[in-house]
Amino acid sequence: MIEIKDLHKSYSTGNNSLHVLKGINFSVKEGELVSIMGSSGSGKSTLLNILGMLDEADHGSYTLDGVPIKNLNEKLAAQYRNKFLGFIFQSFNLINYKNAIDNVALPLYYQKVGRKERDERAMHYLEKVGLADWANHLPNQLSGGQKQRVAIARALASDPKVLLADEPTGALDTKTSYEVMDLIQGINEEGRTILIVTHEPDIAQMTKRIVNLKDGLIIDDTMVDQVKALSHV
Amino acid sequence: MFSRDRWNEILEALNANKLRTFLTAFGVFWGIFILVALLALTNGLRTGVTTGFANGATNSMFMWGQSTSMAYKGLNKGRRVQFKLDDVEALKQNIPALQYVSPRLQLGGFRGANNVTRNEKTGAFGIYGDYPEYIHQEYMDIIKGRWLNYSDINAKMKTAVIGTDVVKSLYDIGEEPIGTYIKINGVNFKVVGVFQNPNTQGDSEEEANNIFIPFTSFANAFNTGNNVGWMAITAYDHTSITSLKPQVLSIMREQRGVHPDDQRAIGNFDKAEIFARFTGLFDILGFVGYFVGALVLLSGGIGISNIMLIVVKERTNEIGVRRALGASPWDIKSQILQESLVLTIVSGLAGIAAAAGLIWVMNYILDQSGPVENFANPSVNITVIIIALIILIIAGLLAGFIPASRATQMKPVDALRTD
Repeated sequence: MIEIKDLHKSYSTGNNSLHVLKGINFSVKEGELVSIMGSSGSGKSTLLNILGMLDEADHGSYTLDGVPIKNLNEKLAAQYRNKFLGFIFQSFNLINYKNAIDNVALPLYYQKVGRKERDERAMHYLEKVGLADWANHLPNQLSGGQKQRVAIARALASDPKVLLADEPTGALDTKTSYEVMDLIQGINEEGRTILIVTHEPDIAQMTKRIVNLKDGLIIDDTMVDQVKALSHV
Repeated sequence: MFSRDRWNEILEALNANKLRTFLTAFGVFWGIFILVALLALTNGLRTGVTTGFANGATNSMFMWGQSTSMAYKGLNKGRRVQFKLDDVEALKQNIPALQYVSPRLQLGGFRGANNVTRNEKTGAFGIYGDYPEYIHQEYMDIIKGRWLNYSDINAKMKTAVIGTDVVKSLYDIGEEPIGTYIKINGVNFKVVGVFQNPNTQGDSEEEANNIFIPFTSFANAFNTGNNVGWMAITAYDHTSITSLKPQVLSIMREQRGVHPDDQRAIGNFDKAEIFARFTGLFDILGFVGYFVGALVLLSGGIGISNIMLIVVKERTNEIGVRRALGASPWDIKSQILQESLVLTIVSGLAGIAAAAGLIWVMNYILDQSGPVENFANPSVNITVIIIALIILIIAGLLAGFIPASRATQMKPVDALRTD
């Protein structure tokens, strides 16, 4: 599903150049649930951004579902993001003047899906995350966990190949975190490929594979025995 | 381009901060309001002043004899110049571009002594001896009977066309003036017509106090012989009277034995020149209206641009999210452009409507309180509205352009990072 080879990325801050990724080789098969761990500054977010086509690598190759991701213009990148990827953010990033169902329907809006079908599909995913009754609530009327579940529904709305989650539980308390992880595990059970960036070991243990990053290099890549989030709740 | 979804997106975004949207919109509202109101006021002034001229042909001049200031051909200076009837023929023959050359004679005048009587009633009126063409130079509405004609002239008929104010002072209410006789300086004239001025405002009341009689009958009855009091001269529309004036004056000097360089001997009033001066003045006023209005509108547009920049900055994160979800740069740009366009056009239309309301109120007050000197019918025509709308659309697009391109300059990852 994801194939990256010798990925390099550096940022220039003033006169200094900061080499963040120093040659990452990494692949993810369909249906995997992978967590990327590492201390802050290890480059895990940068890696996720490049995988999400939100940022560009300086060097190296990236293939997503057999499509080489190279020299994209913004228009094409937007299309690929819409078609291949779903994003889940630490700070939810819901649009605060749109209600839950409209937030979920937004990726479909950019796919030029008609209003009726859009609303049906958005409703379907809201039901899936258990928030059908909250469809007409604005984000500020929802709790943190509910917001993240709306965001997950939104990430699923365009039926993407891969879900990319950047610290999805970073802003949530432990109980809510586990609820969200339970949802993510459920989605993975249905066969969806998911990548999670986290620095919380307990969250990482709930995935099937942990990739450890340090100073821009993968130092460890191990399969783990998945802990079911439900057992903690 | 403007589907229902787009409208929803735009209205949601504009609704998100109502006060700011309103204040921004007010800038454009005010700009277009000032523009339209200024143009309407200029127009009202223009119509008001030019209707004063519309009483007669504007491509006209008047000419009368004064005293010579130079001796010439054995004649002393200080001699009174008296126009004669053959001067009229000389002008007509030498200058074919002249449409009407009307010799005129006058008796009495306004605020003169009583000169007209009918039974026991008397009045002081201006008595004019005229040719039938004169009605083409000074417009009058004949409301009863007829105007003077050439059989009156040729037969030296003692006929008279009188103004409505003359009727008021000499006749009882409901009395029929046509066919009655009035006595002008002791001579009986038969009333054949009643006239009224085409627009009754300003000082025109005086003129409906006049009595017109055939030129030849005037000369006969009051013993003026071949004398001509003064002349009203109108040129055909394709030639300006101002350009013909030197020729007219030099022919008259030759006719009357006046030194060619004597500027004072023949007085004249060039209506076309004055009219052109007014028209020029109003063209400038109109230009000032456009200029000031457009500048106010421009500042409104800059206001929109400014706010849209802030909006884009505030919504950087939202724009990042939208791009992560698959919005192309054009999706983002067109939304910003459309927001700015909708804001401009809606507030602009409101401004136009408010200005139209103001114009309506002004017209209503003018209608209620009667005519005001030099101001009438403030209005703007539909072309001005269309021009204003085009300016609005351009302003809206320009106002949105910089913020829109700013919105997609940032990489999505940087946009997402801002809060």
